[in-house]
Parts: sequence; C-alpha cells; structure tokens
Amino acid sequence: MIGIVGYGGYIPRFRIRVEDIAAVWGADADSIKKGLNIEEKSVPSIDEDTATISVEAALNALKMAGINPKEIGAIYVGSESHPYAVKPTATIVGEAIGAGIEFTAADIEFACKAGTAGIQMVMGLIKGGYIKYGLAIGSDTAQGKPGDALEYTAAAGGAAYIIGSKDIIAEIEGTYSCSTDTPDFWRRDTAEYPSHGGRFTGIPAYFRHVITATGGLMHKLKLKQSDFDFVVFHMPNGKFPVRVAKMLGFDMEKVNPGFIIPKIGNTYSGSSLLGLAATLDVAKPGQRILVTSYGSGAGSDSFSIKVTDLIEKKRNTKKIQDYVKNKKYVSYGEYTRLRRTI
Amino acid sequence: MKVAIIGIGLTKFDEHWDKNLRELAIEAGTKAIEDAGIRGRDLNAMYIGNMSAGRFIGQEHVAALVSGELGLSIPAVRVEGACASGGLALREGVFSILSGQNDIVLVGGAEKMTDIMPDYVTTTLMGAADQEWEAYYGLTFPSLYAMIARRHMFEFGTTREQMAKVAVKNHHNGCMNPIAQFQNEITIKDVINSTMVADPLTLLDCSPITDGAAAVILCKAELAKKYTDTPVYIIGTGQASDTLALHDRRSLTTLDATVKAAQMAYKQAGITVKDVSLAEVHDCFTIAEIVATEDLGFCKKGDGGKLLDEGVTEIGGKIPVNTSGGLKAVGHPVGATGIKQAAEIVMQLKGEAGKRQVKDAKIGLTHNVGGSGATAVVHIFSR
Repeated sequence: MIGIVGYGGYIPRFRIRVEDIAAVWGADADSIKKGLNIEEKSVPSIDEDTATISVEAALNALKMAGINPKEIGAIYVGSESHPYAVKPTATIVGEAIGAGIEFTAADIEFACKAGTAGIQMVMGLIKGGYIKYGLAIGSDTAQGKPGDALEYTAAAGGAAYIIGSKDIIAEIEGTYSCSTDTPDFWRRDTAEYPSHGGRFTGIPAYFRHVITATGGLMHKLKLKQSDFDFVVFHMPNGKFPVRVAKMLGFDMEKVNPGFIIPKIGNTYSGSSLLGLAATLDVAKPGQRILVTSYGSGAGSDSFSIKVTDLIEKKRNTKKIQDYVKNKKYVSYGEYTRLRRTI
Repeated sequence: MKVAIIGIGLTKFDEHWDKNLRELAIEAGTKAIEDAGIRGRDLNAMYIGNMSAGRFIGQEHVAALVSGELGLSIPAVRVEGACASGGLALREGVFSILSGQNDIVLVGGAEKMTDIMPDYVTTTLMGAADQEWEAYYGLTFPSLYAMIARRHMFEFGTTREQMAKVAVKNHHNGCMNPIAQFQNEITIKDVINSTMVADPLTLLDCSPITDGAAAVILCKAELAKKYTDTPVYIIGTGQASDTLALHDRRSLTTLDATVKAAQMAYKQAGITVKDVSLAEVHDCFTIAEIVATEDLGFCKKGDGGKLLDEGVTEIGGKIPVNTSGGLKAVGHPVGATGIKQAAEIVMQLKGEAGKRQVKDAKIGLTHNVGGSGATAVVHIFSR
C-alpha cells in the first residue's frame, strides 16, 4: 500500500489585495475580483524563493511523518520558478532537511503540475522497491508580467509530500494522467515572464485535461462522484475549479476545504498540493479525496486518496489555514520591491 | 434585376480551437452545395470574402485554397473590403451571374480569428481604418465607434440604455439561433456594468472575436426552379464608399456610404423602405445598429434609439432587425458576416427560421459595413 507518510505546506506571510494592484493599472477591482473570484494573493518576502518555500514545507512534512530524513531516497522539486536554471533546488532542500547524501534528486518542470508528477515518480520508485521514502514538492514564486491579468493571481507557496509504504496517513489508491501538446501558457528560456493564450487557456486547455484525467481516474478505479468526500482541482483562478467541479457533478461542499485560491492566489506548482494539504488537515479516517492537478502545455494528474486511521495520531501542527490566516498586507510599492521589479 | 439563391451553408460561429480556416470554409461550402442539391462540378465560379487571413493565420490566396480543397478548378476570387468583405463578395457573385458569364456560383465568407492573441487581432482589424491618420495615433475600432456614440448622444440625446438595448435584443434573438456564439440572455444592467472598453462602450456593446464561415449558392434566376421550389431572389444591390478616416467625413453620426448604398439598392429593387419586412444590419457595436437603422431609413435621423424603446426592431415589431442575433450575439468572423446575413434573410423569407421566424416576411435587407463606414453594401431580397 503506497501512500502519504507526512505532508506540509508553506505560504509566505505577505499579501497584496486586488484593489491595490488594480489601482495602479487603472483597472476596475470589482470586476476583476468577480471575474477571477480572488481577493488577494500571497507575496514572497525579498529573501524567499522556491528553495526556501520548499524547505519550509519539507520540514513541516518531515515533522508530521516523524521519520529520519536520512531514510528519504528521492527528492523531486516541481516548480516553474527554480532559483537557478542550472543547479537543482532539490539538493538545496536535501541538504537543508538533513537527508544526507544517499538520495537521488532532480528538479521537475511541468508548469503547474510538476509537483504531482514528482509524487508519481516517487510512487514508482517505492513500488519498485528502490527506496523507502521519497519526498515530492510542488512550490513556486510565480511570475506575472506587471499589468497582465496574471499579476492578480500569480502567488507564492508550496507543499511537500513524503511518500512511503509504511505508517501512511492516507493511501494513494490510484493515479491517472493525460498529456497533450497544447500551447496555452509558456515561458521561453531566459524570458522573465510567462505568456498565455488568453481564452485558449480555458476549454481546450484546463477543462479538457482536468476533465479527461478525472474521468479517466474514476473509470479506472470504478469510482463515482458520491464515492468522494472531497475534491481538489488545480486553482489557476477562483473560477475554473468551481466551474469544473460543477461540470463533473461535485458540490461546492466537497471543494471548499481545499479551495484556498481566493485568499492566497495561484501558487502554480503548489496550488493543487496546497489544496490537498488543506483538505487533509480536516479529513477524517476513511474519507476519500480526489485531487487533479493541471499543468499548462499541457496535462493533468488525477489521484484518489483515502485517509487512514493514523491521520488522527499524526495531525499536522502547522495547518494550511494557519498560513492562510497569518498575513500582513503590503502596498503595490512594497510589492514591487519584494518582487525585485524596482 | 434578379439573381436566385438556391442554397445556404453555415458553420457554427464560435471559438473553433480545433478547426482551421480550411475546415470551416469547406464545411460551409459543402453544406451550401448540398442544400442547393447541386454537385461541385455544377459551379462555374467562386467568390470568397475574407478580410485578413494573411495576418490572422499567415495564409493568403484563400480563394484558391477553398476551390482546391473542394477539388474544383473553376475561377476562384477573393474579395476584400474589411468587415464588408462578405457583402462585397456577394455583390461580385451577383454581377458575375448578371453578366451572363456564369449560371451558378458559390459565394462564401470565412475568417479564422482566434489563432492569434486578442491584442494582435485588434491591431489587424485596425488595418481597416486609416493607418496613418487613425491607427498611428492609437485609435482602435471600439474607440472610433465610441466617438460616434458620444456624438450621437450629444446631437440626438441617445442614451446609454438605448445602446444597451441593442445588445439585449440581439442576445435574445441569438438564443434562438443554433449557430450563435452567444446564446444567453443579458439585461441592460449587465451591458452597462460590463468591463469598460472605450467610454461609453462596454464589453457587451462590442461584437466578439469569432471563427466561422458561411456560403450561399447563387443561380441565374431563370434556372432556379430547376433546383428548388422556393428560391429567394436578390432584387437589389448597392454599394458606396467614404473616406477611410472617420474625421474626414461630413458627419460623425451618419454613414453616408450606408445612405447611398441603400438608396441604390432600393431603387434597383423598385421598393421603398416601407416594403422591408426585416433586416440584418452591421451591429459591430451597439451604436452601429442605431446609426444603421437611421441611415437605412427605418426612422428619421436621430430616432434610432427610440426604435429600441418602442420595440419596433424586435421580432414581432414593425421591422425586426438582426433576427439572427446580429454580429453581437452570433459573432463576427469578419469575412463571413456579410454572407451569414444573407443566409439569415434566406431562412426568414423561406419560413425556415424556427423560433425566430418573422411572420409573413416578404422583403429582407442586409447591410454590411467595412471599417467605420468607408465601405457599405446593401442587398435586398424577396421571395
């Protein structure tokens, strides 16, 4: 039985309100808030990046798992904002959490779904008997070009999952993926900010893949909507996941526990994994969670996760909602300084 | 003069992420050929309205593209007149039949607009305006029509609500048209509260960016009964031009090209405006429909807004306008729009317009505009 041994998240403390961004660009904050279903987004401090966020999340996961970090045999960090183009974030994390030197490591990029791809890679290594525990992280300090619609959502945060086959708090019952060559969102090498295809990011991109992967998983595992207590879909904005849940026949009650986007924004590689973490924080033994990530370019990974009795004993001390609530607002001027755009 | 339409074909007007210009044009073309009950080899020529495939998808030479895809070696001509490209192609098709050179021709219109980013679409569309005197200074089509709207409000007291009513009416009609891009009802409040584009025009005052194609089969009037028991005839065609730049015109609130094209078409058809049962007019922006209804003579200058207050242009009103949903709700794949307008009138005159059918429709009119009014083309149709 493969599953989650421990998990943890991290969201930077700073927030900027939609109003404060809209005011700078002469945009109508109300229509943006309504259109994107978002109120504010997290902002990394000047000394925070994907590596520091990954380390914070990994330490929380490690604390919950209660394992010796040296037993971790693989570390994968999924992000589209790795601090270095060449030099892995994963080794920084390994060193910082005391994983020793006997582990394989790599950075992964697949837009917003590299973190879930990392979980699948670790699952394979565990099932093959190569490693005992593996650490998969999805984290980002997302870039949005000043003035672009992305600026209202591109946020920072991450979540880490220690996967293993013993002492698991939730079983990963199965996973299903789909991938296509779909140019909905991209960032060329050396380009500072990503580009996107506007409305093309919707139906042919996000919705097609999330629906295909979710439907594929449910078919494969012979599960229906009512078999799931919670659902988490990648949250590029506050509108898409709500719409996709409706299209797939899930009530908002099942979405809400992991629906953190309105208060923290889109944390890219961290998004679906933070949503899952927030859901696990409140889930009870026996409950089943569906999580489907989405990465532009494009693909989705869908998972069925069933919570075990052990979760009550190993409850995370640093809950995702604690991070969501712990906040300090910054002005647009401070924001540009923190993001080093001035 | 009399030229018959014996078949029509339309694709859905939509964001066709999975279809290219070629597929859209072929779909509309083959539907029209099937509808006419002819074979491809019966066609003598082909006219294709297309504004800017060169900039939208990097493809020029689109008429040969379409004829080649249909496996035909007949003369194929592309016609361009910005957003009036479809209407102009129809007029050229009519002339080719009237000249005696051709018996049956296909007239199509197609545009693939969603392959490029919206800001580049706006720039490309701006090619229909005066580059040196308008585009260079940052004007866009929404801003040109916003100036027309402002002036119309100033001169005639036209209200924001009256403009919004155009969008509300056309969305309502679009709900009854299966090919329409937007099939949702909207309210005056929705229009006024939608995102500001160019004051006073908001998002819901503007026609959208759309992919789509439309085609009709024209036939020499004397031969039409061979193919259909219910041909619709084009009995009048008019076209006129004006300066490309809005500021060079005599008036901001009258499109002289529309007035002249309409007079030409009415005269040729031997009718007056009182004979018109319904019209498809060029509502690229809500204000454009108001101005068009005035310039076509449906009311006196300045009263276009009142027509909406009084429900004159609704289905069931005295002269229904844009029963299809217009450019606003059906969408505006620029080269295809003029042909789609003709197809709508054909359906209405044949009594095949379903829920949006206008009772006892005898004479129909189409009005297609290029740019902010530098080209206008009007056609009159009868049963």
